Amino acid sequence: MTDDLEEPAVPGRRAALKCMAWAGTGALWTLGGGLAGAVSLDQALAAPKRMGGGVAAPFSFLQISDSHVGFAKPANPDARATYREAVAKIAGLPVKPAFIIHTGDITQLSRDAEFDDAEQIIRETGLPVFHVPGEHDMLDDGNGQAYLDRFGKGAKGDGWYSFDHSGVHFVALINVKLLKPGGMGQLGPDQLAWLKDDLAGRSSSTPIVVFTHMPLWTISTDWGWGTDDAQQALGLLRRFGSVTVLNGHIHQVIHKLEGHVAFHTARSTAFPQPAPGTAPSPGPLVVPADRLRAALGIREVSVTRGGGPLALIDTPLAS
Amino acid sequence: MSAKAFRAPLTLAAATVIALTGAAAFTASVLPPTPAAARAPAQAVTVHISNFTFNAPTVTIGLGTTVTWVNDDDIPHTVVATDRSFKSKPLDTGDRFSFTFTKPGEVAYFCSLHPHMTGKVVVRAT
Repeated sequence: MTDDLEEPAVPGRRAALKCMAWAGTGALWTLGGGLAGAVSLDQALAAPKRMGGGVAAPFSFLQISDSHVGFAKPANPDARATYREAVAKIAGLPVKPAFIIHTGDITQLSRDAEFDDAEQIIRETGLPVFHVPGEHDMLDDGNGQAYLDRFGKGAKGDGWYSFDHSGVHFVALINVKLLKPGGMGQLGPDQLAWLKDDLAGRSSSTPIVVFTHMPLWTISTDWGWGTDDAQQALGLLRRFGSVTVLNGHIHQVIHKLEGHVAFHTARSTAFPQPAPGTAPSPGPLVVPADRLRAALGIREVSVTRGGGPLALIDTPLAS
Repeated sequence: MSAKAFRAPLTLAAATVIALTGAAAFTASVLPPTPAAARAPAQAVTVHISNFTFNAPTVTIGLGTTVTWVNDDDIPHTVVATDRSFKSKPLDTGDRFSFTFTKPGEVAYFCSLHPHMTGKVVVRAT
């Protein structure tokens, strides 16, 4: 659960934070220095313009997650349609993002037609897209080969990679490939060794953004919402002054701050899932049709100069 | 609430291996024993997958029994033996996967999409 979202001694604040996170009305969060606070959308959008100059140019990027192209069940009869709506939302943003990251479960069943449609829909944005797979993208006969053939060019191992943008180091991790019976997500020793090498020699003042599918902190063991060997990765990241971990998988917004590491789970564009422990299973949450789009959404992330906290705006497809 | 609370009571009776019939089997005692799977009438057990749980999580069966898993969830699941002796394709809603057990012993299995989902098949020697 999110018990360590805030100091245990201040349940009121914690409860309020959780409440606001669930409501997710497009509030903007800045998380840093052990404190969380909200500023207005206008301030956030104006921030990059005010911060002109310097070594690293301010920029924003977009997170999109769990499009589940091919899903057609009571919780959402047409996940392609809502993915298209999410893409239209991106096109309408006042500040054009530099690129998009997709944090997995691109498809429902890893079928070629689903991958084809997903690529076609996201291409409408005209923006570069960086993917990581979810477990739903590993269901081809080759156990993820179909994903790798499409999105793994230049990646290492099972598909992990890193890149730099305007002074920020982005790391794409795969935690859905080596799943073990009774376990949760898994990074595996090869990927952890690669991560160690990738981070070695980088200044601790380099802002780091890690993106992956399953959460890197344990939200629910009963539902498998976590990553078994996440602590080893976090140990390698701890020396950095600003680390932001973005993931999908649980189809809802939850934030957590642990030292200099901020964790943020994202909404799906396909269907919501229940809050941990509030339902018999983590299966798709069926909400009234006119409320579905309020439970789906996209996330804009703004990077300001100087390694400060990243600013997040979670926007539902409809209010 | 824990998903465990929703598991159906485990009342599956062990499949019974029916005793041999046919005198030929008794007169041919010098020959190697006929494999049990060939002797026993076909047995069948169904395991439903619902609420991200194998219902029932443990089934005890006789040799030659066919176990069929049926996915009742709105999310795909798989049925994969830990020792990889069997592996289903992704089972979408309503899809089934069957496997016939011809060796005695225990086989643990899990859902490779949701690995916290585990189950076990116990195959009796007789």
